[in-house]
Amino acid sequence: MYKSFDIDNGVVEMNHGGGGRAMRKLIDELFIYYLNNEWLAQGNDGAVVPSHRGNLVITTDAHVVSPLFFPGGDIGSLAVYGTVNDLAVMGAIPYYLAAGFIIEEGFPLAQLARIVESMAHAANRAQIKLVAGDTKIVERGKGDGLFITTTGCGFVAEGIHLSGDQARPGDVVLLSGAIGAHGLAILTQRDPSIFTAPIYSDSAPLNDLTSAMLMSGAELRLMRDPTRGGLAATLNEIAQQSHVGIFLNEESIPIPPEVNAACELLGIDPLNIANEGKLVAICAPNDAEKLLSIMRQHPLGQQAMIIGKVVTDENYFVRMQTLFGGQRMVDWLFGEQLPRIC
Amino acid sequence: MKYVDEFRNGRIARQIAQIIASETQTGRYYRLMEFCGGHTHTLSRYGIADLLPANIRMIHGPGCPVCVLPIGWINLAIDLSLKKNVILCTYADTLRIPAAWSLSLSRIKAQGADIRVIYSVDNALEIARANPNCEVVFFAIGFETTTPPTAVAILQAAASNLNNFSVLCCHVLTPPAIQHILDAPDIRIDGVIGPGHVSTVIGLQAYEFCATQYQQPVVITGFEPLDIMQAILMLIRQINGQRAIVENEYTRAVTRAGNQKASELIKRVFEIRENFEWRGLGVLPNSAWQIRPSFAQYDAEQRFNLKYQPGVDHKGCECGAILRGLKHPRDCKLFARGCVPENPLGACMVSSEGACAAHYLYGRYRDV
Repeated sequence: MYKSFDIDNGVVEMNHGGGGRAMRKLIDELFIYYLNNEWLAQGNDGAVVPSHRGNLVITTDAHVVSPLFFPGGDIGSLAVYGTVNDLAVMGAIPYYLAAGFIIEEGFPLAQLARIVESMAHAANRAQIKLVAGDTKIVERGKGDGLFITTTGCGFVAEGIHLSGDQARPGDVVLLSGAIGAHGLAILTQRDPSIFTAPIYSDSAPLNDLTSAMLMSGAELRLMRDPTRGGLAATLNEIAQQSHVGIFLNEESIPIPPEVNAACELLGIDPLNIANEGKLVAICAPNDAEKLLSIMRQHPLGQQAMIIGKVVTDENYFVRMQTLFGGQRMVDWLFGEQLPRIC
Repeated sequence: MKYVDEFRNGRIARQIAQIIASETQTGRYYRLMEFCGGHTHTLSRYGIADLLPANIRMIHGPGCPVCVLPIGWINLAIDLSLKKNVILCTYADTLRIPAAWSLSLSRIKAQGADIRVIYSVDNALEIARANPNCEVVFFAIGFETTTPPTAVAILQAAASNLNNFSVLCCHVLTPPAIQHILDAPDIRIDGVIGPGHVSTVIGLQAYEFCATQYQQPVVITGFEPLDIMQAILMLIRQINGQRAIVENEYTRAVTRAGNQKASELIKRVFEIRENFEWRGLGVLPNSAWQIRPSFAQYDAEQRFNLKYQPGVDHKGCECGAILRGLKHPRDCKLFARGCVPENPLGACMVSSEGACAAHYLYGRYRDV
């Protein structure tokens, strides 16, 4: 099938985006080959897809991660999970995905194929259909290999209103699992020489976990996935939106030893590191234990913990009881931004 | 994590806190200065103040290399990076230091200057080798800890005839800054927590003048929270016992003589500068290094004929008084109003080791 199209040794050329036969070949023999479904096969300018019960939820996410491949994942799986998880934490069931690829001239076709195949696996795992796509080629030096944007659609049941402004004093803050591995898996690839044992990204689709949490009947106020800026940024966003404070207990925040060790070496705070495949949930105090036990029954929530509570604070500060015994604020990330981790 | 968690053990911290509380004398006030910004950061990050009795006050000293670097040097670095064919290599922290005309290296970089953030001076040598047609300048800042690697880089450049590499040398010395604080008539401190990493190089002996000339208790300590708790206890005991000696809490890293090889490397390449301006402390004699004439071709000041001009700090900025321990960050009108980590107006808000940034990030909830 690939004889006319050297996937092993070929590279992306400008004419792959020119609208001619070469572009058609790239789409048919690479994208549709891996991602095929009834909507893509129609080859129309848009996908006409069935509606579902509830309200439509739309989200979009641009992925510029560097490097493109990292232990435990790549830009392809990340582009799927990133968008799926944004839908999931809104309480939606993700159904459809559209993807835009901006590819730099000279990008190896073999790598592109690996990435698209990985997207197909990820979409399959998350049970979402990739129904529309676009490809653009930019001249050498005008891009950085490959950027992928994904837009996702899902439906949220009537009566579910999860929103960042719903946290109330007294509510309980839960975290679905250990933090930091995903961001560090990418960061440590920048200089692999100093990290002899790789840290693996734990990126994963959260929609199955969020479904279980929604079905538990617990009074959920909101869910959010702590990506860029880490747990610290997510909790500060919630505090600002809900006009509350949040008080954490450091002892209860699960951080893997290898994450702690790498953070120590790099001089960064695990609370500032991006995650993909973890969520923060805030729920009414009486339902916290029930929700925790539902989360722990799910493979992606086995290490779930109650990490703190929502408090009254007119400055909307996030504070933490440290392991050491004192208190401190948990502020937004500042200093050198950790570049391009998603 | 082995060899780290042991030094962050909350149970042991509470035990030391109890001993400190029982040994501090009521009615007596203990003003302890942690010289080093790394210690300031640890104090804030672990909320150590919550574990100390009210009559112990920690005063944040000037040991943050970014904070004490005056505007004039940033202006020089900016001028250099605007020259044609110059690549300026720098540690990330200097990028956001505010300079003249609301500029910073970060702003100049965004406008197109070739400024590269590096993690080690080795990276600057690599960049110089890879760009033989460019002048590569390493903006060298820091205390005795970062000075030996700069010396090694200059020696390596000389050994390999790397002729497009030079150093804008702003390396400073710790003891003269401590001496300045101890000499200042308006600053009262009862004990000094001495720097850890710096002392691995210069050793305990470098602080003996504090005890002998100034009768000032000194404890050299590490950067983990238990190190600092232990150092505070050791200082309280010296003060109560009216002793003034240099003690070593950081025995796992620091010796009396220090790292002699590193000290020799420094002296091979550098000599003492007659005068150097420090932000907040003014011009201090014999307080910084300059590159020896025999390595003049690696000295960016010589190579580009640079002349140092003092700059003017932001009006209303209290960094000077804060660096000398006379004021607390919350006493500054700009703190958390105009001056925030995202847009620092004064240098103490730039590095997370700066007193203002550490307080902003970890402790400002205490002010409200």
